[in-house]
Amino acid sequence: MISLEINGKKYEVDVSQEVPLLWVLREYLKLTGTKFGCGANMCGACTVHVDGKAQRSCQLAVGDVKGQKITTIEGIPEDHPLKQAWKMEQVPQCGYCQPGQIMQAIALLTENSNPSDEKIINAMEGILCRCGTYPRIKRAIKRVVREGKKL
Amino acid sequence: MTIAISITPFGSRYLSAQEMEKSSFSPNAWIQITPDNRVTIIVNKSEMGQGVYTSLPMIVADELEADWKQVRVKAAPARDEYKDPGFGMQLTGGSTSIRNMFEPLRKAGAAAREMLVSAAAETWGVPPGECEAHQGWVRHRKSVRKLNYGELCDKASKLSVPENPPLKKEYQFKLIGTRMARLDLQEKIDGKATFGIDVFVPDMLYAAISRPPAYGAKIVSYENEAAKKVPGVQHVIVTDRGIAVCAKTIDGAWKGRMALNAQWDKGTHPDLNSETLEKNFLQHLNQPGLSAKKEGNIENALGKAVKKLEATYILPYLYHATLEPMNCTAHVRQDRCDLWVPTQFQSGALMSAEKITGLKPEQIHIHTTYLGGGFGRRAELDVVEEALQISKATGKPIKLIWTREEDVKNDFYRPGNCCRIEAGLDQQGRIVAWSHKVVAPSIFSRFFPQMVKDGIDPAAVEGISDMEYEIPNLNVEYVKIVTPIPVGFWRSVGHSHNAFTVESFIDELAYLAKRDPLEFRMSHLRKHPRAQQVLRVAAERAGWGKPLRKGHGRGIAYHYSFGSHVVHVAEVSVDKTEGKIKVHKVVSAVDCGPVVNLDTVKAQIEGATLFGLSAALMEKIQFSNGGVENENFYNYELIRMSDVPEIEVNVLRSREKLGGVGEPGVPPIAPALANAVFNASGIRVRNLPMTPETVMKSIKV
Repeated sequence: MISLEINGKKYEVDVSQEVPLLWVLREYLKLTGTKFGCGANMCGACTVHVDGKAQRSCQLAVGDVKGQKITTIEGIPEDHPLKQAWKMEQVPQCGYCQPGQIMQAIALLTENSNPSDEKIINAMEGILCRCGTYPRIKRAIKRVVREGKKL
Repeated sequence: MTIAISITPFGSRYLSAQEMEKSSFSPNAWIQITPDNRVTIIVNKSEMGQGVYTSLPMIVADELEADWKQVRVKAAPARDEYKDPGFGMQLTGGSTSIRNMFEPLRKAGAAAREMLVSAAAETWGVPPGECEAHQGWVRHRKSVRKLNYGELCDKASKLSVPENPPLKKEYQFKLIGTRMARLDLQEKIDGKATFGIDVFVPDMLYAAISRPPAYGAKIVSYENEAAKKVPGVQHVIVTDRGIAVCAKTIDGAWKGRMALNAQWDKGTHPDLNSETLEKNFLQHLNQPGLSAKKEGNIENALGKAVKKLEATYILPYLYHATLEPMNCTAHVRQDRCDLWVPTQFQSGALMSAEKITGLKPEQIHIHTTYLGGGFGRRAELDVVEEALQISKATGKPIKLIWTREEDVKNDFYRPGNCCRIEAGLDQQGRIVAWSHKVVAPSIFSRFFPQMVKDGIDPAAVEGISDMEYEIPNLNVEYVKIVTPIPVGFWRSVGHSHNAFTVESFIDELAYLAKRDPLEFRMSHLRKHPRAQQVLRVAAERAGWGKPLRKGHGRGIAYHYSFGSHVVHVAEVSVDKTEGKIKVHKVVSAVDCGPVVNLDTVKAQIEGATLFGLSAALMEKIQFSNGGVENENFYNYELIRMSDVPEIEVNVLRSREKLGGVGEPGVPPIAPALANAVFNASGIRVRNLPMTPETVMKSIKV
C-alpha cells in the first residue's frame, strides 16, 4: 500500500513503487484529467504539481512522491483566474493537452506573477498542443498577468 | 418531444416520435425537448477540436429559437439515421460537417419551432399566426401569455412534423454568424471531458500488443510463460497485429509485453530506408504517367514559350501525431457488443464489429467519446479491430492504449510525394503551358477503391488538375508508386503536398517573369473573383509591398480546397550561416462563404496554420531496416511555443456557397513559408521539411 495526498485528500493505493504516478492517478484512482501523451517527458500532457512545482507525472515513480502534496487539474477550482482566462480566450480545441497546459501555466505564474514573453515561452515550451492553440494560451496567460489577479 | 431526421439519398424526411413508431425507420432523435425545458441536440459528427459540438447545435438552436442556455449536446450512436447525407456514411472528415449538415439541421430546428408554436396556439385557442417563438418561449402577441418549450413539448410531440417549415432569412439569425463560446469548453478546462483513454468498464482488462518492428515481419519467438508470470497478466494471445498481453492493470500489461521478449524476422522489405525510398520516388518520375488532365497542346505551347522553367520537389511521409494516442475499449459478448472509441468513422467501426463478432448492427453499440485530435488518423479502424479481436478472444472488456512509440511507428502516414513541373512563359510573362507529373502512393486504393477512376487517385492530383489559375495548356500526370508503407488521410490530404508544389512554382515563375508574386497571381485569376479578393485582403493586411525590417522577407500563397479559398502571407528571416528559419508573422484571409461560428473559423485557421507550419519546418518520418525509425517526440518533433509566429486571421463573410474550415488553412502555409524564405534569402527550398540542413543544401541548387 502506498499513501498519497492528492488535491488535499488521502488515498491508499495497492500498487508497486515503480509504477509512474501518471498511471496511478489515471487508471487506479480515475483522476483522468491528467493525460498520457508520450511517456517520455516530451509532451507535458501529464503535468501535475508536486509540492507546488510542475512535474511530469509520467516520469515520477509513485513511490517517490509519498508524503508530498500532489495537485492535479481536478484540484484547481473553477473560479481560478487561469481557468477564467482560458475561457475568455476560448483556448481549447480538442482539449487533450489543456490540463497539462493549465497546470504548467499555474506553476509559472505562482512563481512569477509578471513573466516576460521569453519566460512564458520557456515555461510553456515543454507542453505540446497539436491543435495549435499556442497563440491563445499565450494570450490567456498574459491576460491574467495584465489583470494582476493573485493566484 | 422528439424530432427525427431521416436522411436518404433523395433528401431528408422529418418525423416526430409517434410517426417514427408507425414508420419503418428505427426511431432516432436529433432534437429532444423535455419537460424540464432542456433542449438536447444529438450530433452525428465527432468532436475532435473543430468545434462541431457547438456549431452544429447553433444551427439547430437558431432556427428553433431555443434559449442557448438550455441547449445540451449528445453524441449520436452509430445508426443509419445519423449518416452524413453527402458521404452516405457516418464519418467526420473532408471539412464537410457544416457543409453537409447545414440544411438538414436548419429544417429540423424550424420544424420543431413550428410545432411548438402550433401547440401553444392550440392551448390558447388562437390562430398560430398570432404566436411567435422567441428564445425558448412561445408568446401570444395580442396578450401577455407565454409558455416555455418545456411546458409545450408534450402537446407538440403529438403533432405531425411539417415537411417544409419556413426558414429564417439571413438577417433573422441570432446565433449563426456570431462568435459563440464553445459548449465543450468548461469540461475541457476542468479535465472532466471524457476522451477514449478515460473510459472505464467494470472487470475490464488492459491490453498491450508487441508489434513487428518492420513491415511484413513475422514472429520468430516469444516467451509466453515469462509474460504470464508477471503479476496480473491473464492472457497472452496471438493476433494478426502482434502478440497481445492482457492484464488487470496497465503496468501489468506493459510489463507482460516486455517479458514476452518477442523476436521478429527482418520482414518483407529489409532494404527499405529513407535513402532507397527517395531514390525509388525519383526513379518513378521517369516512368510514363496516367493522364489526370490534358488541356490544350502542351508540347506545342512549351515549344513556343519565350522562357521555360523546370523544377523537382520532394515531400516526406508525415505522422498524424494526435496527442491522445490510439485507443479503444471493447466489450464483446454473445448477444451484444459495446465499443467506446474516439473515432471519426462510426459506420466503419460498426462494420468492423459486425465482421469480427458476427452480431447484427442493432446488437452493436458504439459510444463516441471526445477525440484527442483526429486529423484523419481516427478514420482508420486498426485499433478498433484489435480491441474487438482481443475482447472476443478473452470474453472480457478490453481497454487497449497504444504507447507513443506504437503510435509513431504504426500510422497510416501522409504519403511521401515527388513531382516534376515544367512551365513556359510568353512574351508578356504569362504562363502558357504547365506540365506536372506527380509520383505518389494511392490512399484511395485501400480506403475507398471506388473513388479511383482510370487508375487516378483523386488525392494524388487534387489541387493541381483543378487549380484555379487560368493556364491554356495544362498537363497533369500521375505515377502510382507501391511501397509497404501504409498511407492515409492527413489533414487536407493531397492538397497538403500539391499546394506546396503549385504555389512554390507559381512564385518561381513570377520571379522568372520579373513580376511581383501577388500581381502575377492576380493576372492569372481574372475569372476568379473570390481568389482575387482573399489575395487582396491578405496582402493589404500584411502590408504587401511595404518595406520590411532588414533581413526579413515576405511570401504569399493561395489555395482553394474543401470549398474554401485561403491565402497566407508569411514574414520570415533566415540565418544564412546555419539555415535556421524564424517565422515572425502570418497574416491569413479566408473565404469560406457564410460563417456559422466566427471564433471556430478563426481557431481552425490558426490551428491549421500551425499544423502546416510544424510539418513544413520540422516533420519527417524516417525509415530504416524495413520499418519506421522515429520513436517518440524526441525524434519526431512538433512545433512548440517558441516557434509560433504572430497569427492574424481575416474572415471574409461572403454570400457564396458554404465551404469547409478544418482543413483549407493547411495547404497554403508551406509554400507561403518557402516563398518568404526565397524573398528573404534568395534560397529556393524545394524539399520539405525546411530544416536548417535542407535550407543549407538548397543554397547550392
